[in-house]
Amino acid sequence: MVTPSYIAQQLINALNIGSIYALVAIGLTVVYGILRLINFAHGDMMTIGAYVALTAVTALAMPAVAALLVAMLVVSALGVLIERLAYRPLRGAPEVAMLITSLAISSLIENGATMTLTAQPRPVRLAAELTQRVNALGLSFAVMDVLIIVLAVGLMIALTLFVRRTTLGIAMRACSENVRITQLMGINVNRVIAVAFAISAGLAAAAGVLWTGKFGIVDPFTGFLPGLKAFVAAVIGGIGNIPGAMLGGYLLGFAEVFFVAFMPPEVSGYRDAFVFVLLLVVLLVRPTGLLGAHEVNRA
Amino acid sequence: MKRLMPLVSIAVVMGLASLAQSALNDYYQRILAVIAINVILAVSLNLTNGYSGDFSLGHAAFMAIGAYTSAILTLPVRTKAVVLPDLPPWLSQVELPFILAPLISGGLAALVAFIVGLPVLRLRGHYLAVATLGLMVIVQVIALNWQPFTRGARGINGLPPFTTVLWAYGWMLITIAVIWRIVHSSFGRAMMAVREDELAAACRGVPIFRTRLLAFVCGAFFASIAGALWAHLITAITPSSFSFLITFNVVAMVVIGGSGSITGSVIGAVLMTLLPELLRRLETALAIGGQPLYGLSQIVIALMMLGVMLFRPQGLMGRRELPEVLALIGTGSTTHSPHVNTTSEKTA
Repeated sequence: MVTPSYIAQQLINALNIGSIYALVAIGLTVVYGILRLINFAHGDMMTIGAYVALTAVTALAMPAVAALLVAMLVVSALGVLIERLAYRPLRGAPEVAMLITSLAISSLIENGATMTLTAQPRPVRLAAELTQRVNALGLSFAVMDVLIIVLAVGLMIALTLFVRRTTLGIAMRACSENVRITQLMGINVNRVIAVAFAISAGLAAAAGVLWTGKFGIVDPFTGFLPGLKAFVAAVIGGIGNIPGAMLGGYLLGFAEVFFVAFMPPEVSGYRDAFVFVLLLVVLLVRPTGLLGAHEVNRA
Repeated sequence: MKRLMPLVSIAVVMGLASLAQSALNDYYQRILAVIAINVILAVSLNLTNGYSGDFSLGHAAFMAIGAYTSAILTLPVRTKAVVLPDLPPWLSQVELPFILAPLISGGLAALVAFIVGLPVLRLRGHYLAVATLGLMVIVQVIALNWQPFTRGARGINGLPPFTTVLWAYGWMLITIAVIWRIVHSSFGRAMMAVREDELAAACRGVPIFRTRLLAFVCGAFFASIAGALWAHLITAITPSSFSFLITFNVVAMVVIGGSGSITGSVIGAVLMTLLPELLRRLETALAIGGQPLYGLSQIVIALMMLGVMLFRPQGLMGRRELPEVLALIGTGSTTHSPHVNTTSEKTA
């Protein structure tokens, strides 16, 4: 059963899932770094992104790439809007206040989607070419699988360049070091936070489109579990740290896929439990994650 | 007179409960029982989320433990042979009365909370929230996969319908009384001290970790009892019965009622049970184009939670309790009970 081609197949699968976790984890980490907010509504941004792309493809007959862009733009705007309406008034409130708010927003989005779009899962067909299977090097994979990896890596490179090279990116990193001092340096912190939310939500939307494109189905709760797992990924890598989130995403993707692929079938049902046990272990052994820096106050 | 007040109110509640049990129809009885169960859940979650300051999202996990344990313990032996044929013999021959089952489930959940709490409570704030949420996912996954004990996704149905209005309100009163005593004891004050300032509390000799762990374990005990009551009210349980939705709703009750107030939790629980129930009727009544508005009741809960966070972050009651409010109304003065840390109201 465990042949080289089986292992290679699982590798592709792990790279796929890992890429998506990485994209979602980056979004969580960028916002957490600045606001110390674990955004429970982050996974739901994936869901909305998927619905927007689906609508763009089916109702507006857009090509898949354009639909992806539209989804990212729409969800980015939504992310900024949510920050403005729900999180900004809570700045300076206890940390838990924002956490509770994000729980409420998550529920709002999920049930809003249930109410308007019904809980009925919908098939996702972005483009016929994407589901075509390619046979190469003794492997069989869908075009979508390659696309996910390429797109995710592309987005991550773009983000890294943005954070390293542009003024706004540097301001963002400064904010995650220390918001108050950054403000004293004359940086418009509100703008930086808005940009962080736009990036975060945009990446989640892209991840959502890729996720539903891969699994071919979307419902109002699609994003919840990947959103939670992306948090695990972010913690593994060291929350607040962007390269850490990427690393954590891929590590988690590999751990999860290989757990299912190489464990006996009776055990593989425990996959989601495995992920959270992993989280507990990481939190206890190395709470700052693999690449995480010291954190002054993690209470 | 004042010292008799608790006894009088207990008598009144139990009297009303037995009256309701004989006079009302099944539908209203069920709603009343659900209210009591939700009160137990909210008051016990308040112990960690409100008093010791550890924001837990794992309440549904303990509820699930209670529900499954009680179900396995009380199912008649003959039914068990059919429904759960693979149980080990020492369990398949057991058929406990309903007075014992919730206690044992509570004990088991407390044990689990103790074992899990040892590592998890080393975390704080967000990390704790997500770790306890992870606990919920783990319990749910176990319920889904541990076929011989839980029947997996099919769940266990046909449970004996033991939970009556009287049982539910009896347990509710016990829960409120016990937690009230806990919170107003020196241990309760230690919890609040830990919440307000851990370093200061430690300097005054409060055993921080033990205090937080005990709060967590007590909360789990009562959550488990609520789970057992719920299982024998609905008479069918599946792993998805104990989803994030339950946790979310209980958190909403505590937050809306006021974290750190038992009265608040009770009010929150009553409100957050009745309101969705009313709205659920609207969901089907307001069907637009023949399509029911499923999700409306949850949307209203979420909006209320948002509203509370934005405009009254301390919740309806803040940290006040009923006797204080009565005293305020009675005398018109602003004296506070010495039990409550009024200076910390602003940080709620």
